[in-house]
Order: sequence, then structure tokens, then C-alpha cells
Amino acid sequence: MTRIRAGVFSFPGSNGDHDALHALEHDLGLSVRRVDYRETNLDEFDAIVLPGGFAYGDALRCGAIARFSPVMAPLRAFAEEGRPVLGICNGFQVLCEAHLLPGALLRNRTLNFHCFWTHMRIEQSNTSWTAGLANADVLRLPVAHGEGSYYVEDGQLADLEREGQVVARYCSPDGTVNECANPNGSVASIAAICNVRRNVVGLMPHPERATNSLIGGSDGLRFLGGILKTALTAAT
Amino acid sequence: MSEPETVQPRWIVEAEIMPRQGVNDPQGEAVMSGLRSLQFTGTQRVRVGKLIRVEVTAASEADALDQGTRMCERLLANPVIEEFVVSAARIG
Repeated sequence: MTRIRAGVFSFPGSNGDHDALHALEHDLGLSVRRVDYRETNLDEFDAIVLPGGFAYGDALRCGAIARFSPVMAPLRAFAEEGRPVLGICNGFQVLCEAHLLPGALLRNRTLNFHCFWTHMRIEQSNTSWTAGLANADVLRLPVAHGEGSYYVEDGQLADLEREGQVVARYCSPDGTVNECANPNGSVASIAAICNVRRNVVGLMPHPERATNSLIGGSDGLRFLGGILKTALTAAT
Repeated sequence: MSEPETVQPRWIVEAEIMPRQGVNDPQGEAVMSGLRSLQFTGTQRVRVGKLIRVEVTAASEADALDQGTRMCERLLANPVIEEFVVSAARIG
């Protein structure tokens, strides 16, 4: 069986690209390649990951400039074909600015840069990336962000809830969702969302930095591993 | 005799970008608490936004304003979280 091929974007200022490449290649066994922001063809890939970091130094707004990179045009087509796209942290911000995901990410409520472990509860296991998980599963993952406060206006939040686009919420270790467990002030404690078609997912926590107990936890592997199931289903 | 070059007037277009009503502004809250601790006790509310100044050439004020508006819509502001006001002043 051919190995699943994943591309990891690299914008000027990305810093999570090598973490993602390592996790997908060494921990998940995928065939991976770093994709330069100037590339224009993604035909070889089964899945795309937009990594964390500070693309273009977060000038103007997080993700605002990265959105106009040449590689974003083929990404739009890739997403519209229903192929899996994952945005992690800054990658999530880029997907929102590119309107591939709804909403926006604001400064953390505390104004602090948050770098610590959080828990998130899976609300939707029927996306391209959470297919290996069950609803109400709790994952322990690190966050590292200054602008992770997810925002949509009330009316659109109701739409997201109704369409089942809220993929995960911050929670306490036992899975309780409350404001104490919400690290950044996200509306409805949202940690991850997806598009209507459920193939594009964005999240602020870093699953690629939690793939081995040696680095503090391996729940990230459970999250990223969903792509194996999705790719297998797509192939049959 | 060659035709004189058409030189378009130059303008400063300013885009004032503010967080939309209802969007949390923790920076504004932090600034307000700073002002209050400096005894500006009448401070009621603070919102922090940004001002972007762009020099453009444009045939008219309407054209300059139109350019600024399109810049805001396409890049300078994010309509999900921000609103903007554009103004233009001729500088040459």
C-alpha cells in the first residue's frame, strides 16, 4: 500500500513546520515533504498541514499576509476537493484569514503569551482529522500562543453549533467545560473548529508537540492519527 | 513638442481600524485600568485600534477614498472583528 503523503507548509516565520514534519513522518509513518510558500502545485499530497509559528511576523494581524502567499491558491482548490487540511495554531489563524474557516483569533484575554498544557474535549469525531477519536474523548495537549481567543459573533456561533462545526473545547482534565479551563477567552471555550464539509480543521493546541511520552505526552498522536483512518476510507 | 506628463495628485489615506462592537478588547481594558490608576477617574471606556496611513496617487478625493476602502476590505481590516473609517487628505 502506498504511504499517505502529507505536505507541511512553510511560510517565512513558520516555526512549527519541523515539529509537524517529524510527528507525521516518524510518529505516524507518513511520507512527508516541506512545502515552500511559493509552490503552486499540491497534486502529490493526500493531506496538508499548516503549522504553527509567526508567518510574516504576524504583521498587521496573525495570518493576514500569509493568506496571500502563492501556495494558498492551490490550497483553496485542495480544500474544495474535500481533501484533508489541518491548521495548527498560526496555521489555524491563516485558515481563518483565508476564509477557509469561519471566525477570527484575538489576543488572549489575559494579554499574556500562553505556553502550557491544556485539555480539550472532542465534540465532533466526524471530521477528517478526528476520525480516530470518539466524542467526549479528552486530549492533553500543549498550547503556545498570544492570539488564541477564538471569536465569532453570536449568530454565527449558533450556526457553528447547529452544523456541528465545533470540533473541540477546552476543558478540565475530567472533561468539564468551564471558564476556568478556557485559557484564552475563546467563545464557547472553542479550541478547534471545522468547515461545513468537515475536511478543513483548525485548532490552537499543538498535537504535533505531544506525540511521545518522552516529550510530555502522546495524545497528539491520537489526534493526528485520525488522518490514517480518513485516508484509508478515501482509498476504499 | 511632447505632451506634458499627467501627474496625479498625491494623497494621504488614513484607515482608522477599531474592534467591532461586542468584540473583546483586553488591550483597551488594560489601558483603562492604567488610566484609572493615574487618577483619570472619569475614564469610562477605552478601545484600542490602529491607524494605518497610506500614501497614494489618485485623480480625486473620491478615488483616494475608494482605494482606501478597497484596501481595508481586502487586507487592512478583518470584517469579522474590526470596523474601519477611511479619510483622505491631499498632499501634492
